[in-house]
Amino acid sequence: MSENLSNDRTCVVIGASHGGVNFAFSLRKAGWEGNIILFDKDPVLPYHRPPLSKGYLANKDAIEKNFLKSVESYEKENIVLKLGVTVTSINRSENSVILKDGSVQVYDKLILATGARPIIPSIKGIETISNLYSLRTAEDVENIRNALTISQHKSVVVIGGGYIGLEVAASLQKMGASVTVLEREQRILARVTAPEMSTFFKELHAKNGVDVQTDKNVISFNAKEGVNTIICSDGSSFEADIVIVGVGIHVNLELAKNAGLEIENGIRVDATAQTNDKDIYAIGDCTFHHNPHYDRFIRLESVQNAVDQAKVAAAAICGKPLVYDTLPWFWSDQYDIKLQMVGLSTGYNKVLIRNEESENPKFSIWYFKDDTLLAVDAVNNAKAYVLGTKFIKGNKKIDQSKLIDSTIDFKPANLLIE
Amino acid sequence: MAKITFVTTDNESIILEGASGSIMQLAVDNGVSGIDGDCGGVCSCATCHVHVAPEHVEKTGEASEIETDMLELNDHANEYSRLCCQIEITDALDGLVLQVAESE
Repeated sequence: MSENLSNDRTCVVIGASHGGVNFAFSLRKAGWEGNIILFDKDPVLPYHRPPLSKGYLANKDAIEKNFLKSVESYEKENIVLKLGVTVTSINRSENSVILKDGSVQVYDKLILATGARPIIPSIKGIETISNLYSLRTAEDVENIRNALTISQHKSVVVIGGGYIGLEVAASLQKMGASVTVLEREQRILARVTAPEMSTFFKELHAKNGVDVQTDKNVISFNAKEGVNTIICSDGSSFEADIVIVGVGIHVNLELAKNAGLEIENGIRVDATAQTNDKDIYAIGDCTFHHNPHYDRFIRLESVQNAVDQAKVAAAAICGKPLVYDTLPWFWSDQYDIKLQMVGLSTGYNKVLIRNEESENPKFSIWYFKDDTLLAVDAVNNAKAYVLGTKFIKGNKKIDQSKLIDSTIDFKPANLLIE
Repeated sequence: MAKITFVTTDNESIILEGASGSIMQLAVDNGVSGIDGDCGGVCSCATCHVHVAPEHVEKTGEASEIETDMLELNDHANEYSRLCCQIEITDALDGLVLQVAESE
């Protein structure tokens, strides 16, 4: 029997960022005529998150420039935003959510787009540092900007050499700060890229005046008379007015867990983003989902995944199921370098590098497992990114010797093996 | 102010007025179907692909290298293709007509 989408049905969404907001608009577009209510504890109208650590931080723009949708768009689609509101629990037997003030909101369908929050490691003395920030929200940016404005030496230590840490370092350097990045591993971006890319970014930061130090395991903090000291296991120490922590995220799983939903490395969902409760879906950073291309369960921190799962969940709820089948893609902007990444390199056993002739750095790193292309990282090279996407999607076999020969025109016909 | 006409893939014409910001932002704020702007306007996602009316190419200028590269293998790209996050709204664009491209 087909479901009757009557006007009084209610879809509740917890989390109004890329996933939640895109879901709400997709749901309306897919034909949902009932209520749509979005909850988020962040009081600001939903905004793009990726620019926060990049251009937004450095350009000192107002957050209005960064909104995902205008206020009028929500009104026009009759999507109700309840911002600055925390949901404290889910009552599955009553199909309702309970808010912090004790009030109850019932749902016919519930979407968990709860995302993640930065890890603040429990390192000795960390609570004594007054100017310690992570970066995930517009408020975080505001706090960092203010701290930098009033700081005496404008010295910043960034703990963690992942994308967030490096983007923040580049932005703060542009804003006149003197920045040191401390990375625990032997190289920056160790978890996500090939050593060649780590070297490239380390040199890029050095050239721009950011001191990137690896093998630096922070073991304690000490704040005395306004001076923050960061002490590493090798005995070295660093002083800074401001400390930024970018060492990864915790998935916001508490609501799902307490409601008894199936959890692995995230909220487990099927190919339509449905959890083990038929009325509850989960999308975005908080989900543990199957990627058909790589045929394994993964959790992704990305806009692409949030948006794609939002569309899939909306379609499923409106009875027009789509199947989640997309390649992950990501981007990072640091200084004048644009890095675009497609695919997941996990499990690679071969890396090929193609350098283009160019005044500025322009190259691409191709990750293979034997003959199978897994992923591409493209630096100032959108063409490589686009070709890589096409090749990975199509499971194409590539002539590897031609690939690395930049005198051969970068066209599929020149690179593919029939 | 500039009046800009979007023609969607369903052949609906939507006329919008903008004073500043990118054309992508104007379209997203007004819910123009087919323009998503998932990356927020940094030329990373190619979800704001439009075809500029041939007689208006002079107003908008041609696509930059990164736009062309992003659309390199797009079946719906042609010489009038632009990623409209890269077009800033100015008075000079008044009267511009854009056809929203089919999505990939």
